[in-house]
Amino acid sequence: MPRWYGLRRRYRGAGMKRWIEANTWTIGLAVLLVVLLMTTKLIQPDFGASGLDSLARAALPFALAAIGMAIVVIAGGIDLSIAAMMSVASVTGAVLMDGASDGQSVVIVLAVLLLGLAMGAVNGFLIVVSRVPDIVVTLAMLFVWQGVALLILNAPGGGAASWLRALSAGGIPGVDWLPRALVLLAFVAAVIWVPIHRSKLGLRLYAIGSDPLAAFRSGVPVGQTRIIAYALCGLFAAFGGLSVTMSTGIGEPIPGPYLMASVAAVVLGGVVLGGGRGGILGPILAVLILRTVRMDLTLLSVDPNVAAIIEGTIMVAVVMFGAVLATRGRRA
Amino acid sequence: MTMTDTPTVLNRLGRLMVDRPLLPLIGLFILLIGLLAILNPGVLSMFWASNTLKIAIPLAMLAACQTMTMLTGGIDLSVGTAATIAAYLTATLSPLIGVPPAIAIALASAILIGLVNGFGIAICRVHPLIMTLGTALIATGCLLVYQRYVIATGVLIPDFLLWLGTGRTLGLPNSLALFIPFAALIIWAQRRSGFGRLLYAIGANEAAARLSGVRVWQVHFTLYTLSSLIAGITGLLYLGQIKTASLSLALPLDLPSVAAAVIGGTSIFGGRGGYGGTIVGALILTVLTSMLTLMQIPEGGRRILFGLIILAVTALFIRLTERN
Repeated sequence: MPRWYGLRRRYRGAGMKRWIEANTWTIGLAVLLVVLLMTTKLIQPDFGASGLDSLARAALPFALAAIGMAIVVIAGGIDLSIAAMMSVASVTGAVLMDGASDGQSVVIVLAVLLLGLAMGAVNGFLIVVSRVPDIVVTLAMLFVWQGVALLILNAPGGGAASWLRALSAGGIPGVDWLPRALVLLAFVAAVIWVPIHRSKLGLRLYAIGSDPLAAFRSGVPVGQTRIIAYALCGLFAAFGGLSVTMSTGIGEPIPGPYLMASVAAVVLGGVVLGGGRGGILGPILAVLILRTVRMDLTLLSVDPNVAAIIEGTIMVAVVMFGAVLATRGRRA
Repeated sequence: MTMTDTPTVLNRLGRLMVDRPLLPLIGLFILLIGLLAILNPGVLSMFWASNTLKIAIPLAMLAACQTMTMLTGGIDLSVGTAATIAAYLTATLSPLIGVPPAIAIALASAILIGLVNGFGIAICRVHPLIMTLGTALIATGCLLVYQRYVIATGVLIPDFLLWLGTGRTLGLPNSLALFIPFAALIIWAQRRSGFGRLLYAIGANEAAARLSGVRVWQVHFTLYTLSSLIAGITGLLYLGQIKTASLSLALPLDLPSVAAAVIGGTSIFGGRGGYGGTIVGALILTVLTSMLTLMQIPEGGRRILFGLIILAVTALFIRLTERN
């Protein structure tokens, strides 16, 4: 471990210049996002608080999925079952909350989050125990979780507690332009990821992603850390699923395009497929960028299906670009 | 692990499954049929057999795409979409421009999906799973846009596709007329042709194949294009069988096609397996599905079971090959 702690100290002790160097990509994304938002203002001069609110609400499930995916990718894996886990969380929450009181629904939300943690842990456990590559295990689990979601709820339905629905709608009292959905996202990400990132566990996640063998030889419990990474991914998938229920008021057994979107956001966000590098701020910004592009296309009155094609093409192009960079990196 | 001279039962079974995967598979298939006969006496008949074959054939053809891509360590999750698009284009364009041009456009669109896959996988080196999922997403979007413009033209399913899809000759489904030459060609190609051997070579050790002078990207490019073409042809056959043009026609076959190849003994990591096993795998899945329908297991339960089968079989193969 000492080697890793030393690395951390070096980054921490670095000055402003060092910080900018280490975060060039993220800063670039933030600038791109601001430019895109200004473009939006040009296209639609009355774009304001309500526009920002709908953007943040649409981005919320995507951003949560991207955080979950980023954590597993940092740890050197990938979770193809993320969208399916989101549907399981969404339908479980919606079915249980249908007609439940406010007090009960708080317990239900906590239970769904625990369920997410458990689903992710099952994924991780199967990967570690079966020794089958993560991509195959999570592909198989994608079907399993899809099946579970369909067994719980065959068609969209159920309900959501009113306090939960209010959680992501509208602005913060006093600061009207700041969408609640964005604050919620920042809160969830900060409360869970920041402590982990700063702890020994955070270092271990990066270590097993960067080089599992080296991590093992430095005393990192690789299997255990891997299971934790997938469990965290499941937890964020549960948050994402709840946020779908939050914004629609019902549970969705058929998963949305969250898998592809989260992989694209992770790559665009500067997390290297293969592991060991990146953070979660980049993927969150990438999600906001992709959502803003989508919103601009809608504002330009592009057919929603055509917009979906353009968005899909951007995502595939991003993933291709990321793969080219990763191959270059390996060769260099 | 030490190598002992006295092989254990598991060891022998492992060697048997790796060397001759067809034998235990056929055994499993017969076992399933026996189980079905016990569950529902009187279900077994010539008609049942012919029906099972008819349902299994499109699945087995899509599983050919998975078998070939899996031999190189890849996968093609856009086959369901490519098949659906080919079927939908044929059905909607036939009344407008006639059958042959419609089929030509349909197959060209399927090939286009394959070309995009090939570009991403062979040249940009994106993981096949992510790349094919992405093209499937884009292609579905294109299909939705296209559907808006042809909504009023009506649907025409060419007669020969109906004959191929639903007709019977001497109690056997006509689709065998397409499938038998197809299967023979694939089985011949995988062992005897240069291209087939390259698939095994790349799957077994891509770096070694590259060092021996194989242009890996060309093989990948051809492979994914071919895979989409097969998917397109399957879509045409499936259109004749289902007799409706729907936007999600062959999508439910995506997962079973992967499962069929995995059950059939093709390693998802590449280099091992073959189409013979896949055909038996498709038959096993078809019988299994009819059994689950008989036992009134809902769709969700079926998906869970398919997922668990893929996982269990892959894990089993890893254990068995490690021992050998």
